[in-house]
Amino acid sequence: MEITYSFLQHYWWFLISLLAGLLVFMLFVQGGNSFIYSLCKDERERMLLVNCTGRKWELSFTTLVCFGGAFFASFPLFYSTSFSGGYALWMIILFTYVLHAVSYEFQTKAGNIFGRKTYRFMLFLNGLAAPFLLAAALSVFFTGAPFTVNRDAFAMSAPQMIQWQSPWRGLESLANIWNILFALSILFLCRYLALQYIINSVDDESFVLKARKRIPFNAAAFLLCFVAFFVHLMLSPACSYTPADGQIHTVQYKYLQNLADMPLVAALLLLAVALLLYSLVRTLARKDYKRGIWPAGTGSVLATLALMLLAAWNNTAYYPSLTDLQSSLTIENSSSSFFTLKVMAFVSLGIPVVLAYIAYVWKKMNKKRLSSEELAESEEKY
Amino acid sequence: MIETLSSDLVFWSRAQFALTAAYHWIFVPLTIGLVFLIAVMESMYVRSGNEFWKRCCKFWSRLFAVNFAMGVATGIILEFQFGTNWSNYSWFVGDIFGAPLAIEGIFAFFMEACFIAVMFFGWDKVSKRFHLASTWLVFVGTCLSAWWILVANAWMQNPVGTQFNPDMVRNEMSDFWAVAFSKTAAVKFLHSVLSGLMLGAAFVTGVSAWFVLKHREKKFALSSIKLSSLVGLAATLLLILTGDMSAYDVSKNQPMKLAAIEGLYKGGTSQDLVAVGLLNPDKKTYNDGKEEFLFKISFPNMLSFLATRDFDGYVPGISDIIEGGYTNSDNQRALSFEEKQLKGRQAINSLALYRQAKADKDTAAMNIHARELNDNIACFGYGYIDKAEDSVPNVPLCFYSFRLMVLLGAYFVVFFALMLFLSKRDMLHKYRWTQYLAIVSIFLAYITAQSGWIVAEAGRQPWAIQDIMPVGIGVSSVSVSGVQTTFMIFAILFTVMLSAMIGIMVKQIRKGPQN
Repeated sequence: MEITYSFLQHYWWFLISLLAGLLVFMLFVQGGNSFIYSLCKDERERMLLVNCTGRKWELSFTTLVCFGGAFFASFPLFYSTSFSGGYALWMIILFTYVLHAVSYEFQTKAGNIFGRKTYRFMLFLNGLAAPFLLAAALSVFFTGAPFTVNRDAFAMSAPQMIQWQSPWRGLESLANIWNILFALSILFLCRYLALQYIINSVDDESFVLKARKRIPFNAAAFLLCFVAFFVHLMLSPACSYTPADGQIHTVQYKYLQNLADMPLVAALLLLAVALLLYSLVRTLARKDYKRGIWPAGTGSVLATLALMLLAAWNNTAYYPSLTDLQSSLTIENSSSSFFTLKVMAFVSLGIPVVLAYIAYVWKKMNKKRLSSEELAESEEKY
Repeated sequence: MIETLSSDLVFWSRAQFALTAAYHWIFVPLTIGLVFLIAVMESMYVRSGNEFWKRCCKFWSRLFAVNFAMGVATGIILEFQFGTNWSNYSWFVGDIFGAPLAIEGIFAFFMEACFIAVMFFGWDKVSKRFHLASTWLVFVGTCLSAWWILVANAWMQNPVGTQFNPDMVRNEMSDFWAVAFSKTAAVKFLHSVLSGLMLGAAFVTGVSAWFVLKHREKKFALSSIKLSSLVGLAATLLLILTGDMSAYDVSKNQPMKLAAIEGLYKGGTSQDLVAVGLLNPDKKTYNDGKEEFLFKISFPNMLSFLATRDFDGYVPGISDIIEGGYTNSDNQRALSFEEKQLKGRQAINSLALYRQAKADKDTAAMNIHARELNDNIACFGYGYIDKAEDSVPNVPLCFYSFRLMVLLGAYFVVFFALMLFLSKRDMLHKYRWTQYLAIVSIFLAYITAQSGWIVAEAGRQPWAIQDIMPVGIGVSSVSVSGVQTTFMIFAILFTVMLSAMIGIMVKQIRKGPQN
């Protein structure tokens, strides 16, 4: 099979989408922290919650960093446009991640200056803000952003390649109801995943029971928000481009058309929904069912993957410009060169190895469920 | 809304990057150095079965964990800042620069993130050998991370394996191996990792000396000092070697940086290396005719030897580089600043004409302008620089930082040798001043590491990418007040977090390894 430039652009968008899916899954760490005040009635339960999600915080954090790095390497124009344009929004997200990174390690340690409660609040803040704002920042894949790209800028003495036409620097995306709906759906999905993870990894009947009780509300809220967003998406116009000349134009029902044109992606989405519903129904139906995190996690990865593929494949502009249609980003006009994508494609062959050792270590570390007794005996804990 | 690139915006964008990088470089060397020492101690535990070494590992791991969290927190800002504050840069060279960052994320960060959980929480969950392998893999992960980020950094200082694509208006990778395994990257990697080992060793030695001072945990303290001072001594001796390699590399690829480091305005053959000196503060520009130094003590002909491996070799000074005309390391006549500036402006103009010809679908004109562009592309960045003075880095900052780094480096050779000798002979407790000295040396090690970073990064100014892109051209079009706000927020946040980290470490140390 000949490796063409177009193939590599599609391949790298697939990898980015997969990383986005894994990122959404790993946001269960944040989802868990959003329950610090509502799910835990005492210090014992708070310790269980923080230690249960805390042992995965580095992985969650790394997935975000890797998502950014992979975007930089494969679609540098998106990296420079989105991060500089949405400056305020991204800086708030990064700020909460800084708090998140230190809070686990610092919270119970003597000498931490601000006391346990402050760091717990920081975890809570990141738990709510990170999934919501990350989703809002990425929902512009479907709803667009006010930017222009001028490649000729470097022929000027003071080049300004990316111009953002809103003084709110990304925060304007929060004024769009559909972005909000998408952000809420991701927040509730992360909370749902967190509850499933707690059920799976904590050995404490009363605590797990409380987690189970919160499953219906969070699942229903996720489904409601997501279905509303998805229906809107299917009925909305979107930007399409002509591969021959790269010209971008608006097409009604573009995403619906994409589903019809890409039956495998449609099947992926259906499978994702089925897995999410399976995890929900089984968890509600059987009180001893504890493995719901796996179908729910797989479902969330596949759903994100399918959505991201809908956003960019089939000649769709994945980052529509609201101010200059021709500035919209497509996988063709924003990607790295053929050479770099090819090199990185060879590098990507190592990803299964990385996933394999992560899975192996995860299995080893989660073999025994976390209990209050283990925390009491252990020297090493958050 | 057309915003212009103001000098304020460039200043604050640089300040924010420098702030984040300086903070990040506080935590990274300790991460590298400490995890290596922990891995060695754990190897001793697994080999001997002696629980004493396990206790040592756990104690140092607790300090490592707190430091690691801060490294992660500052690191994420550093990575995303390329997009938020340097969007022109990210597009102009993202095709090359993004790849090492992505590889770092996929292979190094995941390795660290995955096995660090085993390192902290896996003592009772996995076998001894699996735990040991995990600890070593965290070290391997930190080294891989250092390698790829330094590949990216080295490429900025010595842009190899690249070509300009006028259709996309960016630089593109043409040789992955040249980028990934450049000599500059290799030298930077060795120098940085060794400086991490030196700092980690100084940290362990200093903390352990505190226990000696307090007459606590004698066996623990002495064992830690014996190991750390041995590692520190080896690392510091090797640093001299890699420092020399680094200077040689700089002389080939960044002669202006070397000239600034030496305060060398007028070069020539048989140049002396300034050991200590006081720069003349009245000297403001390269051609104001004022003396460079108020006083200096030099090693005869040593600079020529360091730069050319010949005691009589020619080393250009700042004026020579600006005026050109000498024979450079490639045996070519060095161009003057004016010549480079002219070529740079021609390249920028050719790019504009090429783009216009492309829009007009005039293939013949495109070919002509592409050729012109190609002929002048090596000096592209000079087209954006107005005055020759702007191509000179901050000489006092480079000169003094370099001397501080070298002086402290030499101090650490003596310090580690002394600590190794005294700990081996079990004489450390007799000399209280050595215990105080070891504690103070922790801070000196940080100053050494920071000085090295300043030399590397301040010395390459005004370039973001040597000869291709000046720093000021790379910034994002963001409001100055926006960058000022985030700068203040991060300055306060990092300082507060650093204070908390120090508070936690002090408490942990006071508790000691028994608790």
